[in-house]
Amino acid sequence: MGSILEVRDLRVAYGPRGRGAFRALDGVSFCLESEEVLGVLGESGSGKSTLATSILGLFRANTIVATGAVLFEGSDLLQAKPDELQRIRGKRISLIFQEPSMALHPTMRVGRQVQQVLAAHGMKGRSALNQKTREVLETVFMEETERIARSYPHQLSGGQRQRVLIAQAIACGPSLVIADEPTASLDPTTQMEILGVFRALRKRLGLGMIFITHNPALLAGMADRLLVLYAGRVAELGPAEEVLASPKHPYTRSLLESIPPLLDGPRDGNKKKLPSIPGDSRPSSLPGAGCPFEPRCPERMDICKTRDPQLVNVSQSHTVSCFRYENQ
Amino acid sequence: MKVSDNDKDMQPLVRVENLMKSYANRKITGQCEEVRAVDGVSFTIFPGATLAVVGESGSGKSTLALCLACLEKPTSGNIQFEGADISKLAEKERRTIRRKIQLIFQDPASSFNPRWSVLEIVAEPLALQGSLSRDEIRLRALALLEQVGLSPEMERRLPAELSGGQRQRLAIARALALEPSVLILDEALSALDCSTQAQIANLLVDLQSARDMTYLFISHDLAMAAHLADEIAVMNHGRIVEQGPPDKILKQPQTEITRELLAAVPRMTFARPEAQ
Amino acid sequence: MRYLLRRFGHAVFLLVGVSLLAFTFTTLAPGNYFDEMRLNPQIAPETIAALRTQYELDRPLPIRYAHWVSSVLHGDMGFSFAYNSPVLPLLWVRARNTLLLTITAMLLAWGIALPLGIWSAEHLGRLPDRLLSLGTAALMVIPDLALALGFLVIAVKSGRFPTGGMVSLHFESLAFPGKLGDLFLHMALPITALVLSVLPLLLRHVRAALAEVLDAPFLLAAEGHGISRRTLLYRYALPAAANPLISLFGFSIGTLLSGSLLVEVVMSWPGLGPFLLEAILARDLYVVIGGVLLSTLFLIGGNFLADLLLYWADPRIRTEASV
Repeated sequence: MGSILEVRDLRVAYGPRGRGAFRALDGVSFCLESEEVLGVLGESGSGKSTLATSILGLFRANTIVATGAVLFEGSDLLQAKPDELQRIRGKRISLIFQEPSMALHPTMRVGRQVQQVLAAHGMKGRSALNQKTREVLETVFMEETERIARSYPHQLSGGQRQRVLIAQAIACGPSLVIADEPTASLDPTTQMEILGVFRALRKRLGLGMIFITHNPALLAGMADRLLVLYAGRVAELGPAEEVLASPKHPYTRSLLESIPPLLDGPRDGNKKKLPSIPGDSRPSSLPGAGCPFEPRCPERMDICKTRDPQLVNVSQSHTVSCFRYENQ
Repeated sequence: MKVSDNDKDMQPLVRVENLMKSYANRKITGQCEEVRAVDGVSFTIFPGATLAVVGESGSGKSTLALCLACLEKPTSGNIQFEGADISKLAEKERRTIRRKIQLIFQDPASSFNPRWSVLEIVAEPLALQGSLSRDEIRLRALALLEQVGLSPEMERRLPAELSGGQRQRLAIARALALEPSVLILDEALSALDCSTQAQIANLLVDLQSARDMTYLFISHDLAMAAHLADEIAVMNHGRIVEQGPPDKILKQPQTEITRELLAAVPRMTFARPEAQ
Repeated sequence: MRYLLRRFGHAVFLLVGVSLLAFTFTTLAPGNYFDEMRLNPQIAPETIAALRTQYELDRPLPIRYAHWVSSVLHGDMGFSFAYNSPVLPLLWVRARNTLLLTITAMLLAWGIALPLGIWSAEHLGRLPDRLLSLGTAALMVIPDLALALGFLVIAVKSGRFPTGGMVSLHFESLAFPGKLGDLFLHMALPITALVLSVLPLLLRHVRAALAEVLDAPFLLAAEGHGISRRTLLYRYALPAAANPLISLFGFSIGTLLSGSLLVEVVMSWPGLGPFLLEAILARDLYVVIGGVLLSTLFLIGGNFLADLLLYWADPRIRTEASV
């Protein structure tokens, strides 16, 4: 097993040049082994969606800087020419967007939308295309494949639309699927169902996956490793079980604590408060220097205000960007 | 069927009896099909308590919220608020009730005028009351902003410059300006990040103890509902299929739908049955 | 089906309304076709009176209207005083020419506006797009009449283009390709004038509609699936932006038609324009009404076509309409 994707010091900034620029990704590095699932955890504004699109070289119109390297199958996707990227997108690496109702063409039958992906990657012949489209849809739908293929997105439920997106993503047999909040807009039971689809496919197709979400609980039992993103930087990266069971970065720890436990004991009259992280991570609330989490951190020290923490190893495969763990 | 039994002679603030709301759905063939969004729902909420209504989308919980907020007229049944039936009022009287029962949605952004500042948004309902001077309005609006945790330097910002959590705080501040006795929170936390959800949930708890607010918390998140509510009602196909204190619902779910909702709460367990 | 019937009902209602109004207004207008005859001393007042009776100009309005309606149902659409023949065949010959002009102009205008607008939306805000916007803005402020006159001047000065008519005198002697070439030469300037009169409007709408769609997440998603730029623009973005454009299509038919009447008059194209003008000046009552009615019919037809297109293009409207 070698690594299939290596992201090195990825930096992406938006908006006006100079001081007004918003650094969505500020030096992110990680590796992905083949058939590995990397969970990316981050709140809105952490750069997690930018990470998803940047890997495929899909930059917003107002992107001003994109540096670093995205190494995939021996080439740097950041330096790739448009037609090279086009051949990789959807075929070798595919992307699943968060809002299934927005990510599908509103006036095209969903079967055709799957077919378009196949056709874009060189599949020819009407009957071959139809055949393959049906096969792909059958991998994500138990029944009624025909009816669904003929439907328009607005005639399907949220869960069905999400399955169509998954079908598009796996149609050409990619080795890496990036899913950006694939269940955020779904009902809890549908969410579980879709997570089940991801697990089954991953096992069956041997996919490498980057699973991006704001909800750490979704990653338990899903991800092999976990990358915690805060303000465009890696706060913590390590084996999923280790990070979820004993989070090291103060941000990860507070985040995990802020989720209401399902079975807390009987309550005495007073309602308990959840341990929450004060403040927010909007660009305007971030400090000009030092650790980006410092203003909200319950364990801040003097050094955090002035110096940037570097990633340090707390165990062989677990790194944290926090001064608490330096000199250990 | 009541929430909070600490005081036997306390009057319920809201009493809903056999509420029914149906819509006509015309089909291609021209015949009408009756869709019952809410199908015979009864419950009571006591002052200062929280009733959570959980269910899948399409279970009728949002329609219930609209009926209660006097934004939809129920087909039958009645809603008593402060002892009077509000389900059959004329439009003018409904308007005065609406001030008392405020509704907060999942995404408040669309309900703000994008050109108004935070302060103007909160000041508007105060100004509409007509009895306050400009200075009084400003002072009250600032006090409300402080109460929901928006700092004074936010007052000039536009809604677009706020984070999701801050927008939800603003929506709550605007609702509070009318001094309502009931807040209906329709999936008010669902679109927020986990850490922000916790912040807003804490704000709701604070407001409840400070102002003795009564909440109807509508959500599909059973864990958050259990955290916030004194009593949970599980809705399915327009009916309440199960109702009880959170402990009971979580530990001894009686119906399949509750068990499903319970199973759908993602848990941080590390058993990985399907891996490898 | 029910929707079609309802649309048809609307169309009939509209036609009846327009014909009533046209009838009333033309009657209320001072003078009639025979007034000029009265000035001619060689025609006896009795003859004029007889003609007036023959053409029922002395009968009350409702009765004339009723007679006219029955004549419409018989396929005559009344009687032209000047041509001494039923109106419909007269109108039809001219309408054909007008349609030839407007339909060609419309196809050409859309054929230019779509790719150019898409291209412009794709390069939104860059120099070529800005230059194009400037150009369309300039074209928009030039009135149609000035445009038509300008082209007439070009025709006269250059001598390469005919200054009027639809075919040359020796048209009949030409072989088929020659005929086509001759027709094309005659059409070139009126059509250019027409195309230029609607193009800026179309271009701006196509550009705006596309620019909005190009930001949509589903296009980013499609791009992420490796779908080619061309497919993305023409198969994904264009159909998604189609709704406002199809409505505009219906509207553009009306604009082109009214523009065409003007251009025809200026450039002496033997269509409805000069014919109607002549009829109005001569107070050839039924010709005027017929012309108005025919134009209305074209407009309704165009909008109906747009509705059908919309119905075909957007599945969401289909479900709405069937509910």
